[in-house]
Amino acid sequence: MAATVKYDDVEAGQEIPAAEYRVRRVDLVRYAGASGDFNPIHWNERYAKAVGLPDVIAHGMYTMAQGGRFVTDWAGDPGAVVEYGVRFSSMVVVPDDDNGATITISGVVEEKREDKRVVVTLTARSGDSRVLSKARAVVQLS
Amino acid sequence: MPLNRDFVGRTYQASAPYEVSRVKISEFATAIGDDNPIYHDRQAAVAAGHPDVVAPPTFPIVFSLLGTGDALTDPELGLDFSMVVHGEQRFEYERPIQAGDELVCASTIAEIRSVGRNEFLTVRSDVHTTSGELVCRTFNIIVERGGAA
Repeated sequence: MAATVKYDDVEAGQEIPAAEYRVRRVDLVRYAGASGDFNPIHWNERYAKAVGLPDVIAHGMYTMAQGGRFVTDWAGDPGAVVEYGVRFSSMVVVPDDDNGATITISGVVEEKREDKRVVVTLTARSGDSRVLSKARAVVQLS
Repeated sequence: MPLNRDFVGRTYQASAPYEVSRVKISEFATAIGDDNPIYHDRQAAVAAGHPDVVAPPTFPIVFSLLGTGDALTDPELGLDFSMVVHGEQRFEYERPIQAGDELVCASTIAEIRSVGRNEFLTVRSDVHTTSGELVCRTFNIIVERGGAA
């Protein structure tokens, strides 16, 4: 139960290479089922447009989960994440086609703290929009 | 319509503990597209030093608002769910959630405020095992678009 990244090997300002995550309508349906969030704005285009949205949008938590993957894949262990928070700054609009939308996530080691902990800040984009802001994780390194 | 501020400070709890199963963790991990064996295979999780499969960081969203369901749909609160989007989410972990956990989640409506035309409602949830061990805290801010207009 430990991160594979060593605290001493990490420097403040270090960049974590970007990764891309695909989100299609079927992913939102699957996420709705697994999470229990069946808000129709995440799967019903007719409903989404009726309440003023441009189209079906991804669950914010689906996008946040991709950021979580990004951090745990980097750290090497989900148990290394001590804190994780985001603000949902823009919607991920998911068209009804085979490609869906793409969320691109990158990270920076913002700060090295005591107790071998680091603060990682994330940037998440979809199309021209920054879809998460104030996205940061505190990670316990080994 | 502005939300009813009388709800601030009220705490809600689901009627029964949430039992975390290997199957649910695996299903959730699959739904977020994560094939890390620590989420799907007990042996892999044990080999990584965990007692059983552990849950991805955002897993508490599955159960952390169950207790507030009746409160958030209470007409007295005045929340129009068709206009709700998720504003912010934060988790603080004491340890990973793992298969076999029986979790009790106490959710408090911590704050309601207006920002521009929107209403922001913060729910804080403290998640303990049935034996009283703190596992995590979650902070959920939902936004009612146009609610304050």
